[in-house]
Amino acid sequence: MEKVLLKGNEIIGEAAIRSGCKLFFGYPITPSTEVVEYLSKHLPKQGGTVLQAEDEIGAINMCYGAACTGSRVMTASSSPGVSLKQEGISYSAAVGLPMVIVNVNRCGPGLGGLGPAQSDYFQSTRGGGHGDYRTIVLAPSKAQELYDYTMLAFDLADKYRNPVLLLTDGFLGQTMEPIVLKERPEAPVVDRDWIVDGCKGRKKRVLASYSLTNEIGEANNLKWEAKYKDIQEKEQHWEEFHTEDAEYLLVSYGTTGRICKSTVLNARAKGIKLGLIRPITLWPFPVKAFAPHMDKVKGIVTVELNTGQMIEDVKLTVECKMPVYLYRRQGGMLPTENEILDFVENKFSLSGSEEV
Amino acid sequence: MKKVFTKTKGLTDVPFSFCPGCTHGIIMRLIAETMEELNIIEDTIGISPVGCAGFSQDFFSCDFVGAAHGRAQAVGIGVKRALPDRVVFTYQGDGDIAAIGTQHAIHSAARGEKITSIMVNNAIFGMTGGQMAPTTLEGMKTKTSPYGRDIESTGFPIDLPKVIANLPGAVYVASVSVDSPKNIAQAKKAIKRAFQVQLAGLGFAFVSVLSTCPTNWGISPVDSLKWLRENMMPIYEMGELKVTEEVKSL
Repeated sequence: MEKVLLKGNEIIGEAAIRSGCKLFFGYPITPSTEVVEYLSKHLPKQGGTVLQAEDEIGAINMCYGAACTGSRVMTASSSPGVSLKQEGISYSAAVGLPMVIVNVNRCGPGLGGLGPAQSDYFQSTRGGGHGDYRTIVLAPSKAQELYDYTMLAFDLADKYRNPVLLLTDGFLGQTMEPIVLKERPEAPVVDRDWIVDGCKGRKKRVLASYSLTNEIGEANNLKWEAKYKDIQEKEQHWEEFHTEDAEYLLVSYGTTGRICKSTVLNARAKGIKLGLIRPITLWPFPVKAFAPHMDKVKGIVTVELNTGQMIEDVKLTVECKMPVYLYRRQGGMLPTENEILDFVENKFSLSGSEEV
Repeated sequence: MKKVFTKTKGLTDVPFSFCPGCTHGIIMRLIAETMEELNIIEDTIGISPVGCAGFSQDFFSCDFVGAAHGRAQAVGIGVKRALPDRVVFTYQGDGDIAAIGTQHAIHSAARGEKITSIMVNNAIFGMTGGQMAPTTLEGMKTKTSPYGRDIESTGFPIDLPKVIANLPGAVYVASVSVDSPKNIAQAKKAIKRAFQVQLAGLGFAFVSVLSTCPTNWGISPVDSLKWLRENMMPIYEMGELKVTEEVKSL
């Protein structure tokens, strides 16, 4: 299998092409710009279409239109740009349109800075725009996962007829790492009997989310709710690292999820039974990951690049059965593995007592 | 007896739900007849906006996509770029295309997107109950300009076709009216040409149709037609504002 060295954002572009993405609508914004640059160079050579839109709103609504034809379509942006896309994401969720939206999270609020951040966790996992909807959210933590999860994102979008977010950050987007260009697994066979492509030989179709009848509105909401429950049941993904005998757990995703692995190894070297649950899907949140550990774990630390967002989901999951603390850096700063370990030792009074 | 008029196949049997005297129904009929005459009903995807024009998705017999307010052209471009051999048109009110969606109108024209956009201009936000639109005339009373549109604080009505005609990617731009049988016939010609431009792949085609809103104007249907003639037609430049040489030779 071919191994290549690419920037994180370029990996997303390459994976999109190999996933059969036919159209990309985007708008430049740091630190996501290499996605549109890479695709501008390479997607047209594969017969695809790249269009730099007038703005983020235009880009997401072009995705909406293209998705209505059943074509695989993607857009990419960073936090302020993704805010602008929220209207279109809401409409796409309401019509049930498969599409992939990449958010290379930069720190905020406002224009913010370019450093890695996880400040868009709430926006990503709570729908983001108006109305009660959910998008599947995938959180890669290294180059190979940027590649693999981009492919997974397209498949899940098709499978559930739902927008899928790939949530990365400026660190992942800008870092060059080698990846294996794995052959694409077979794309799931999905029905296309809902698309609009001209009503030749069939009844006309309308893809729209407008309804003035409350009874129809409620029926629609119940239909979407059932879909979201189905996704929650079937698509919780996570990675566990040294959790078998863990007395303390870190919970962290993306870039910090990766750093936390070093923290776990350093803790283990000191005799501290620390483990890591790394959510891969942020929505649905991997609730199932926690159940087997509830009896033996004494406490949890979430490690985040925000004021504490995922910690709410962790607390809801463990239902106050153990203390849950937050260790966070913000504004584009990253924690070191030992800063995290110091915090764990202090919070749980481990320092010295369990050293070997 | 000889049958002199048949309802076009371009429309469904869903009854129009517009207010008495509204000219949306005429404009939709002209588009539907055009699709039938050009034999493109089964090849066409229409994009409906938000506002009274949004009901178009139920009335036309072709496939339709409902867009967010102002986004019909962006959505239409997504459809057209995915399916270049299909016909895509947007049917939008003046509030939709000339206020909240202006950026898409400008850039559809700038890029020469191969879609057809029809703007229905009644100088008011109809669906929400008669508020000021970007096209509301000076001194015109609406719910949000209760003392008449004050140019000093709310600016001038925008003549979007004139703006669009300045952009090289727009190859056909017309401003028509449906206030009289003669003008309805001219409107039909313009609409048909705007679809032929797309079939020939020449570039962006844009037709603005002056329309009435008796309910929100607060006058009778007949007086509305007179009001349109006397007040709107002098302000909005009428006729074919731009016909490129390629379009002329169609």
